[in-house]
Amino acid sequence: MSETEVEWPWQYAFPPFFTLQPHPETRSKQVSAWKSLILEYCQKNKLFIIDVREAHQLPLFHNSAINRKLDPTVVVSILSELSKSGNAGALDKAKHRWEIYWHTLEEWAAMIYDHVCDNGMQNSVLTLFELSQGEDVQDKEFAGIHTDVLIKALRVLEGERKCELILSDEEQGVKFF
Amino acid sequence: MNRWKYTTPLLLDNESTLTSEKNVRLYDGDQKTSFEGGELIITTHRILWGRPGAISKGQTCLALNLALIVYIEEESPSAFSFSRSRKVVLHLSEPTDYEQDKPQQTSIYNFIKLSFREGFNSNVTGILNDCIQRKHWEIFPQPTAVEPQKHAPQIKLRTGIVGIERSLQEKQKAADESISVAFQDLSKLMIMAKDMVQISRTISTKIKERQGDITEDETVRFKSYLLSLGIDDPVTRNSYKTDNQYYRSLAKQICDFLQSHIEEMGGMMALTDVFCRINRARGLELLSPEDILNACQIMESMELPLKLFEFSSGVRVLQLSTLDSESVAEATAILLDDKGSLSSEELAQALGISFTIAKERLLTAEKCGKSCRDDSIEGLRFYPNRFLAE
Repeated sequence: MSETEVEWPWQYAFPPFFTLQPHPETRSKQVSAWKSLILEYCQKNKLFIIDVREAHQLPLFHNSAINRKLDPTVVVSILSELSKSGNAGALDKAKHRWEIYWHTLEEWAAMIYDHVCDNGMQNSVLTLFELSQGEDVQDKEFAGIHTDVLIKALRVLEGERKCELILSDEEQGVKFF
Repeated sequence: MNRWKYTTPLLLDNESTLTSEKNVRLYDGDQKTSFEGGELIITTHRILWGRPGAISKGQTCLALNLALIVYIEEESPSAFSFSRSRKVVLHLSEPTDYEQDKPQQTSIYNFIKLSFREGFNSNVTGILNDCIQRKHWEIFPQPTAVEPQKHAPQIKLRTGIVGIERSLQEKQKAADESISVAFQDLSKLMIMAKDMVQISRTISTKIKERQGDITEDETVRFKSYLLSLGIDDPVTRNSYKTDNQYYRSLAKQICDFLQSHIEEMGGMMALTDVFCRINRARGLELLSPEDILNACQIMESMELPLKLFEFSSGVRVLQLSTLDSESVAEATAILLDDKGSLSSEELAQALGISFTIAKERLLTAEKCGKSCRDDSIEGLRFYPNRFLAE
């Protein structure tokens, strides 16, 4: 994944942005700015997973130009906020690894199902590979989606009885209805 | 030898002769002087020494004030001396008059010896001791006699414990007398109060150390006397009936003194600064931190121009009553916009105020949402709050 140029918002160059503000009003503004920034960055860079322990390696959390880093505990608290709106999910109990859903799982699910319907692929079985890496999905948002995220999104569809996952050792596929 | 002075042997008022001896030699410390073979007359006030016949003719002789004698001892003749002479050693205090006609201006010794070549008939030592006890010369106090400080220097050589005790006793007596004189007349009390308190203090500490001479009871009584003395200061606890009145006057005093200073300093002064400045100005009668704190706490209710303000961090300052958090925050925010960002050191320097107060200002501004903080390894800085502004 190459680094796509993210257009950094003004806050990124503002040193106080990297310190959790004690003043409640200020803090809420700060946190919401961070939330949008994280989602935007991940979307641009197709980043599905963030490991908090390595957060400083991402220019997202580390602006070397002004020499400021966001503290890992703050990162965790912001990601927790994101998870409340369905935009992130912790992968381990220690909350080190997080999956980022710049589209929520529901949104992903809807996108995929629309694509399936548009192309009349109901009642067919598709491999997960095809769904994420296939040629016909290259221009789609969900191109290159992480398998784990894809599976989670498909589970949502499963719940809506729109598909059924077929997961075995050799094959990972899904049948749409 | 520098305590002797030339004089005529006219007796002073109330002075009378007690005894006389012949063939007496004077020693300066351990050294012989040229004053030998003379006549020695002991009076109630002085010891007179003169060449044979000089005293009876009224010619110049030497005189030593008995007041200068601190301690007397007899020197027993050593095993090797063949003479029958007996010596009396007189330990002396510092000479009181420096300009008088003296045989010797300076001396390295603090004692002299009287050597009685043919021994002495009368009980010279006893008579001298008696004279020193009675102190006839004090009935008409001479200016040199009463000051307790003159008794103070301790004899370094050959000081017996009795000598020290005696000089202490003398000091106590002098202090006693000065205290009783002071109590008789209130106006004299005013003048002597300072000296007296000084004396009383030194005595009471010495008494405490000695313990044997004075009982617990008396020490307590002594202390209560001190308290009731009422040291000269317009605002001390003793001069007021209730604490409340005391604090009210104190508050007024503090305000009067500090208002202009606080205005110069930007309207705020830390309580520690207040404490230091007030006590420095008062000089003698210092205030305790509690008294200052209590006085400051009632300032607001008395509607004085200053009031006590406590920050959330616990720092207490005395500030102008016209100042409040909002205006402080505003002022700080303007400064922040000006300079882009500030640390508390920079703000302190810019405004000429202390670090504590500068920090409190920045925190106040943050609380009002006018600034936001940047906490990094470079330190704590504050920026104008662009989060809320944009």
